[in-house]
Amino acid sequence: MAEERRSKLSNTLLPTESMKGIAESIGVSQMQEETCQVLSEEVSYRIKEIAQPLYGFHAQDFIPFRFASGGGRELYFYEEKEVDLSDIINTPLPRVPLDVSMKAHWLSIEGVQPAIPENPPPAPKEQQKAESTEPLKAVKPGQEEEGQLQGKDKKKLLEGSAMKLKPRSTHELSVEQQLYYKEITEACVGSCEAKRAEALQSIATDPGLYQMLPRFSTFISEGVRVNVVQNNLALLIYLMRMVKALMDNPTLYLEKYLHELIPAVVTCIVSRQLCLRPDVDNHWALRDFAARLMAQSCKTFSTTTNNIQSRITKTFTKSWLDEKTQWTTRYGCIAGLAELGHDVIKTLIIPRLQVEGSRVKAVNEGPIVGNIDKIGADHVQSLLLKHCAPVLAKMRSPPDNQEQYRVEYGYLGPMLCTHVVKARAQAAMQAQQVNRTTLTITQPRPTLTLSQGAQSSRTPSIIKVPSSITLPMQTLVSARPSTPTQPSPPPTKFIVMSSSTGSTTTQQVITLSSAQSSVTSTSPVTSTVPSLQPLVKLEGGHTQGAGPLSGGGGASRTMQKYIVVSLPPAGDSKTLTPSPALESNSATSVKLERADSPATGNQSPQPSH
Amino acid sequence: MAAVQDGPIELEPENEIKTETSNEVLGNPGDASGGVPPTAPVAAVATEKPAAAAADSTERQTLLAVLQFLKKSKLFESEEILRREAGLLNEIGDSQGSGAGGAGLGGGGDAEPESGDASSLLSRVAGAAATASANATPAPAKVTPVVTGGEDQPDVNVVLAAYSQQGDPVLYPVYYSGLKRFIDSVLDCHRAELSQVFYPLFVHMYLELVYNQYEKEAKAFFEKFHGDQECYYKDDLRILSGLTKKEHMKGNETLLDFRTSKFVLRISRDSYQLLKRHLQERQNNQIWNIIQEHLYIDIFDGMPRSKGQIDSMSGSLAGEAKREANKAKVFYGLLKEPEIEVPLDDEDEEAENEEGKPKKKKPKKDSTGSKSKKQDPNAPQQSRIPLPELKDSDKLDKIMNMKEATKRVRLGPESLPSICFYTFLNAYQGLTAVDFTDDSSLVAGGFADSTVRVWSVTPKKLRGVKTAGDLSLIDKDSDDVLERIMDEKTASESKNLYGHSGPVYGISFSPDRNYLLSCSEDATVRLWSLQTFTCLVGYKGHNYPVWDTQFSPYGYYFISGGHDRVARLWATDHYQPLRIFSGHLADITCTRFHPNSNYVATGSADRTIRLWDILTGNCVRIFTGHKGPIHSLAFSPNGKFLASGATDGRVLLWDIGHGLMIGELKGHTDTVYALKFSRDGEILASGSMDNTVRLWDALKAFDDIETDDFTAATGHITLPENSQELLLGSYMTKSTPVIHLHFTRRNLLLGAGAYNP
Repeated sequence: MAEERRSKLSNTLLPTESMKGIAESIGVSQMQEETCQVLSEEVSYRIKEIAQPLYGFHAQDFIPFRFASGGGRELYFYEEKEVDLSDIINTPLPRVPLDVSMKAHWLSIEGVQPAIPENPPPAPKEQQKAESTEPLKAVKPGQEEEGQLQGKDKKKLLEGSAMKLKPRSTHELSVEQQLYYKEITEACVGSCEAKRAEALQSIATDPGLYQMLPRFSTFISEGVRVNVVQNNLALLIYLMRMVKALMDNPTLYLEKYLHELIPAVVTCIVSRQLCLRPDVDNHWALRDFAARLMAQSCKTFSTTTNNIQSRITKTFTKSWLDEKTQWTTRYGCIAGLAELGHDVIKTLIIPRLQVEGSRVKAVNEGPIVGNIDKIGADHVQSLLLKHCAPVLAKMRSPPDNQEQYRVEYGYLGPMLCTHVVKARAQAAMQAQQVNRTTLTITQPRPTLTLSQGAQSSRTPSIIKVPSSITLPMQTLVSARPSTPTQPSPPPTKFIVMSSSTGSTTTQQVITLSSAQSSVTSTSPVTSTVPSLQPLVKLEGGHTQGAGPLSGGGGASRTMQKYIVVSLPPAGDSKTLTPSPALESNSATSVKLERADSPATGNQSPQPSH
Repeated sequence: MAAVQDGPIELEPENEIKTETSNEVLGNPGDASGGVPPTAPVAAVATEKPAAAAADSTERQTLLAVLQFLKKSKLFESEEILRREAGLLNEIGDSQGSGAGGAGLGGGGDAEPESGDASSLLSRVAGAAATASANATPAPAKVTPVVTGGEDQPDVNVVLAAYSQQGDPVLYPVYYSGLKRFIDSVLDCHRAELSQVFYPLFVHMYLELVYNQYEKEAKAFFEKFHGDQECYYKDDLRILSGLTKKEHMKGNETLLDFRTSKFVLRISRDSYQLLKRHLQERQNNQIWNIIQEHLYIDIFDGMPRSKGQIDSMSGSLAGEAKREANKAKVFYGLLKEPEIEVPLDDEDEEAENEEGKPKKKKPKKDSTGSKSKKQDPNAPQQSRIPLPELKDSDKLDKIMNMKEATKRVRLGPESLPSICFYTFLNAYQGLTAVDFTDDSSLVAGGFADSTVRVWSVTPKKLRGVKTAGDLSLIDKDSDDVLERIMDEKTASESKNLYGHSGPVYGISFSPDRNYLLSCSEDATVRLWSLQTFTCLVGYKGHNYPVWDTQFSPYGYYFISGGHDRVARLWATDHYQPLRIFSGHLADITCTRFHPNSNYVATGSADRTIRLWDILTGNCVRIFTGHKGPIHSLAFSPNGKFLASGATDGRVLLWDIGHGLMIGELKGHTDTVYALKFSRDGEILASGSMDNTVRLWDALKAFDDIETDDFTAATGHITLPENSQELLLGSYMTKSTPVIHLHFTRRNLLLGAGAYNP
């Protein structure tokens, strides 16, 4: 430390050359070295004396001197450009800078900082992280110090008694937040694309979402579950876009909710069926998009303790290696792996090119199979070509021989060869562009838009959050009789999502009274289990692992489902699989399904987490 | 010479100037003009009366020795001048202490023709140096016996010793590290106290080396030991490191401070004896001389202080405050509120009742009753400082204030104030100062582009008065004449005030909202009319940038302080200052009036806070303990306490009556620019460069402290480590440094700052 200070106080002097230069500039030539030395010391001191205390030392982002050397001389000079006056006159005047203005906002209301855009995010990321890793130090937004103090006190308490206290974090939403949540979720899954864009923008930028994060997370994960079963591609895409928006928000610390988000994302990558008409609908784009999301979360959240990347890689690899895996899932697995980066492609995908090639060949050249398989194989092939070519271009040295590729990579070899050649050409092009000093990098942002033309009969707005039910949450909670002797469980909130497919059915809204009764009926059970699992009951659609849905049948069928989702208090649900007891319990609470459910309800493959 | 010295500041022959300057090498200008015998600072080193007497006699001896020496050296002219000079001084009286000796020797130096400039003490010293070194090389041999003869050398030896060959430059590091070893080896209880010696010693040894032109040795000495110094001296050390030549010492202000003001240390008697014995045993005259000459050691009886106690008080440019500096009585109580006619009040209340407000006659009476209760025993006399008469409009305002006060929110740890933050957007030119009016209706901002801007934050727009021609047409007897004189055409939400030619650093509204003060880098303070939105007066007096200004809570007077290290008290109708408060060793960065308008507090870049008595011009309190320049000050509404914030991010609380530090609020990570107590003093709000507003439990901070007689007498206070308990809330802004805070009359907290993207 002393060393550090010492270096700071080092006594720097102006070079004697500067003195010479300055002297020459005012017409004094032939300065003696000694004179220069003395002058330099004096000038250095004076400059420090005058300039240092007033202005300190700042890194000047612009130093107006240019350097030139030649003939043994070094020169610093002002660069004076010749300016064409007509140019200046003809250029339009720059905009007048905005005038100073004053804006008032509430920094704090009776000690609590409101979460408004004028204020910084209530819980900085570090604090959210600390909260999830060290819940004892959990603090209220805006009162860090005090919170820390409370934490300290609690620690003291812990030292004193053997009892372990887990501080209950409160996740009550204000009325405004409830309204916001409702608006946002409705817009995100609604039919108006403009509204959706706005909502997603809000999710991606708003600093005050931290407290709503558990709700969003559950909304997405439950939404994916339901809509995978229903093969509602549009909804799945919207939900993935929500995930993307959440991940884009710099003020949110998502790690606590990965257990809900990752399965949802993975489902969208590898599910056997994501849409009603796999031959027409572009579910491949969703898989690509979700794969990119997955890769992004791997990059952001993978640590040595949670090992997300390796676990995800394993999951993908395992189902890819399985002979029986469908083309759709196969595509998802490859996409998921490929997005993880060149290394993964190199080690996991390229060695399997030959096997995969022969599989594609079997479909393309073998006996006529279903159209679905043909499309799937085509997509897998182009996916492999797309991802492997750039890697191969880097791995292999230039002479690209078709035959050699065939030998090494089998059926896909020749096609790979042409792709690699193209990739090389492109790389060379880019390199050239770099040399030409102007470098434009056009990186297509992973955006996903849905073409709704094909789906004429279906309305994409499926998940409805009826306001009459979401808003009086507090009534629901307060309606429950709570005995003072028994600690009341964290408030459970119910959102009733009614989903409908088919053109003819109408939305059904569960009346408040029925929901309330369901609450009261379940409350004795929930009170015994302090940490509620996310409950979902898919009525009728529960025939697990029934044969693959073929031919996109069932598009004409109508079905109507009611799913009761109980939102657990955030952070409490750590496991993914819903506990059977509760599931059945909720099953008893909802006996509202009306229409027949399709016999081929499809449960999405959920990777074990 | 003395007269010249007194020249620029002779408006008020205050004692303060005397006590300050009496420490200077060249002695006491106050002697000639003042007539009050100065307390001899050197005598105080020993704190014993007999010693002082002894000093007096050695004083004469020294003088005689010098005279003899001059005679021998055939410097008759110098001798005669010195004799005359000494004779003149002797006329004043034999009782005076070493100050006279100092002046005498200074006179010797004055024989040089170039010494007319009174402002540059050092140049004269240097002049004297030149004479002595040129003509009197054997001088040290002559003088040293005198030096060793008495412990308390007069300042004459400072000058001689500075260029005598007394110390071998090579030995300086040896001396220093020897002392370091010794202090490291003493008992723990003494070590902390004795370690205080290191920094002043280091600086003076370095300066001696530089002065004697041992450039290389000085550099080596600096390199070797500067890392040992406390980190809060970093800024001073940086200046010091740049100074490597004798010529540099001329006119270097920091240096001048160091040489003219003694570094004050408080050391217990035991520790002091220990040090003294060690130095005398080792015959370490070099260090001993420095301690004698440049250090003021305030010896106290009793337990040595702990490291924590010392650390909390140290950090200022010139050491701690002397104990007697904080002994003067301060009337910190509030002035009696003027009685406001009850009928007016009743009338208003009735009007309010008509509007359907619930009747609250009883508590109202109580509140007015408590206001007019007996005079506070700690309050100054009502007429101690003549205050302006209350105008009718002031009375109305007072009534408004009282009415609002009844609606005031009672604050406390359980009921925190709401904070409304005014963010200045697009202030690319740099917002440098903000002020709110007391009734929170106007906001003024000072900018680095020399403009001042006033906003109305109420729907009522700002209007100027009509032109003279239009005014003459107005019926002056009409009831709404005040309304009629306003020019509707000029109504706007904000008004620009142009006039300064440099960044505006301080801004202050007059209590009656008719005037606005602004001070600027252009060395002026300007008074603006908020009726016409024009500049009325430019007060010129400061020679350098003026960093802060503030109106008295009763109007009329205002205070300003700046780079020239003096604070000036002005009255709006005088173009020259009424008082000049000098004593700070570096820029005065902030100035605040005491609520009773009898005192002003100034915070400085020398890391001290001083409280000045407006009546006498004396410095009545010096508070040390900050480790960086002070940037904000706030008096508690009851006038008893002072809060200060500095670049070190700490807020310190002071008891004015006892002259004690009573609290330290840690939490901010950057300069504290704004401090304000709530209207009833329960909450202290602080705003900082770190983009936070923090709220502190002021009541608890003041209650927790026990000020028994002992701590009050010694000033050795152990601060409770309770900042975290006192912090009630911390509110982050969005990259907006907080530069001003204000509590409305109903205790809503207003903050202001410029968004800094």
